[in-house]
Amino acid sequence: MSFLEVNDLKVHFPVRGGFFNTIQDYVYAVDGVSFKIDEGKTYGLIGESGSGKTTIGKAIVGLEKPTAGEILYYGQLVNKKRLRKKLGYNKEVQMIFQDVLSSLDPRKRIRDIIAEPIRNHEKLTKEEEMKRILTLLDIVGMPSDALFKYPHEFSGGQRQRIGVARAVALNPKLIVADEPVSALDLSVQAQILNFLKKIQKDFNLSYIFISHDLGVVKHMCDYIYIMHRGRFVEAGTREDIYNNPQHIYTKRLIAAIPEVDAENREEARIKRIKVEQEYSEKESIFYDENGKVFDLVPISDTHYVAIKNKEDLGYVENSIA
Amino acid sequence: MENEKILEIKDLHTGFRFEDKYFDAVDGVSFSLYKNELLAIVGESGCGKSTIANSIVGLHDKNHTRVSGEIIYDDENVVNYSEEQFNKIRGKDIGFIFQDPLASLNPLHRVGEQIKEALIYHTDLTKEQRHERMLYLLGRVGIVNPERTARQFPHELSGGMRQRVLIAMALSCKPNIVIADEPTTALDVTIQAQILDLLSELQNEIHAGIILITHDLGVVAQMADRVAVMYAGQFVEVAEAKELFRNPLHPYTRSLLHSIPQSDAVGAELNVIQGMVPSLKNLSRDGCRFAPRIPWIPDSEHEKNPILHQISRDHFVRCTCWENFHFENEGGC
Ligand SMILES: Nc1ncnc2c1ncn2[C@@H]1O[C@H](COP(=O)(O)OP(=O)(O)O)[C@@H](O)[C@H]1O
Ligand SMILES: Nc1ncnc2c1ncn2[C@@H]1O[C@H](COP(=O)(O)OP(=O)(O)O)[C@@H](O)[C@H]1O
Ligand SMILES: [Mg+2]
Ligand SMILES: [Mg+2]
Repeated sequence: MSFLEVNDLKVHFPVRGGFFNTIQDYVYAVDGVSFKIDEGKTYGLIGESGSGKTTIGKAIVGLEKPTAGEILYYGQLVNKKRLRKKLGYNKEVQMIFQDVLSSLDPRKRIRDIIAEPIRNHEKLTKEEEMKRILTLLDIVGMPSDALFKYPHEFSGGQRQRIGVARAVALNPKLIVADEPVSALDLSVQAQILNFLKKIQKDFNLSYIFISHDLGVVKHMCDYIYIMHRGRFVEAGTREDIYNNPQHIYTKRLIAAIPEVDAENREEARIKRIKVEQEYSEKESIFYDENGKVFDLVPISDTHYVAIKNKEDLGYVENSIA
Repeated sequence: MENEKILEIKDLHTGFRFEDKYFDAVDGVSFSLYKNELLAIVGESGCGKSTIANSIVGLHDKNHTRVSGEIIYDDENVVNYSEEQFNKIRGKDIGFIFQDPLASLNPLHRVGEQIKEALIYHTDLTKEQRHERMLYLLGRVGIVNPERTARQFPHELSGGMRQRVLIAMALSCKPNIVIADEPTTALDVTIQAQILDLLSELQNEIHAGIILITHDLGVVAQMADRVAVMYAGQFVEVAEAKELFRNPLHPYTRSLLHSIPQSDAVGAELNVIQGMVPSLKNLSRDGCRFAPRIPWIPDSEHEKNPILHQISRDHFVRCTCWENFHFENEGGC
């Protein structure tokens, strides 16, 4: 069952300039995206930097005001602070930021950092609050002596876990995880990913998992959206996206992943060159004359591609063979 | 010509001073680099990769750093070169490319001027020739409009463009050796692929030996001829790239490979390496440095003073603990 529905979301940022500091133009950071979130599932949002991933995340948690479109929580609009408050939305939908350090107040101790969302949303006694915080530290695998330390006293991986503890403090339904492991070493990354999966099982959480690492997304996500220029170019299950990519942008992204496979590197390079070539040749099939991504059209029950004429896909495929 | 040795490092130690004591971040590293070869140094952050790079080009603050051992370049040990001596080889014979191009470029000077500056210093081209060469170089690294880019300031360029400019600078004097420290870590995968392909292509042209430092095993698998896996200041495994991925031996190498999300085991629990890379001051210098992270392996499996053992012609592994190594959940055998 979907509990969150996003319809034709747009977030445009004005670019000001000139003598009167008037609006000269807009950055179309998010320019018409729609999707639904089911319970206990993980949705991947991939795309290169600047494609609008963080802006979607922020709009969902209410940190960025949509220019147009609607966000529905159990069918109710949550585009205003007042509405979000009434539905307890801010408690149910949390975000883990890419840059944890800057999202943690350097002057506060870990205890207060984790307690902050709890204090904002629940009335607990001092003892109840402490008990909850200790449980949270335990969940994220941090010792209790972390309570009285400051963010800078922790390693990157530990800070990321503190960010997770804070996000799960209120037992939310949905966590928007914005590049939660991008800055971490492999083994620490593995730890956080395992852990996110575990608490998902325990609490039936849903994630919107934002990343530019296709390997990580493949590992984590049930359903994947590929973003480019503020729009979705393709959406589908893990299998749809990785085994049967259709949009040239998706193909290009996948071909660029450096696989841990030293045997077939020459083939990978040739493939990459071929895909690059296809990208420049087929641009007009996949983008309109202004470079805008077309609307998504279904090509199977689960798989959607942004293309003007579905028939062109057949043409594209034949031409590769 | 293929096997011409262009750089030899012997027992390199680079220590940083904390109060009145030095702690070695690079602790007895030896290797050679050959012409036309790409040697990757891989390991998690804090292992000492950048310290090796900075030692080779003499970029450390001499007041807090102690470098010993030999870095033999052109029959000379450059370890104790003065700043002036380093200036002569840096940028000319040895080009370098770092992770953050913004930090390596002067924010106040136009890109074109910065490339020309290197040419003034290291070549005797005329002013016009330098300008021509600068435009050629920008075009060569895939900048679409060299004239325009040359007039821009670093902050006006995208990350990928900046890294291209840095590569143009690093290669401007056709160096014999190129040191690239995480050159694509800050870039999107598509741009990363372009930059790495560019690096290979240029290597084919100038036949330089490249040291590529990275934490990304995928990049290593796609690029390297030879690989050195580094842990806590030492090389723990050195092998030809294909051999390393086919037959990884050291527990650290195997653990790293095991913690990558693999396409054939999607969604499965990932291997976690217990504990963390020790800080310089807390690093125990006795015995196998990786032992604390594989505590289920009995002490008797480790060597007292682990050395790099030659396993086959091009494959070296430190310590003896790899012989009976198993992951914790695999049980002994
Ligand atoms: N507050 C803002 N004001 C103006 N432009 C913004 C703002 N936030 C983001 N942008 C722009 O919107 C686009 C999308 O940004 P973002 O959502 O951060 O992308 P991503 O997370 O995919 O890297 C970028 O071009 C970015 O520069
Ligand atoms: N200038 C410095 N002063 C003191 N310690 C340093 C300095 N540079 C690096 N270190 C330490 O040396 C070790 C190796 O660092 P580095 O070579 O940067 O590792 P890597 O490049 O593999 O991430 C780390 O413990 C790091 O904290
Ligand atoms: Mg972002
Ligand atoms: Mg480094």
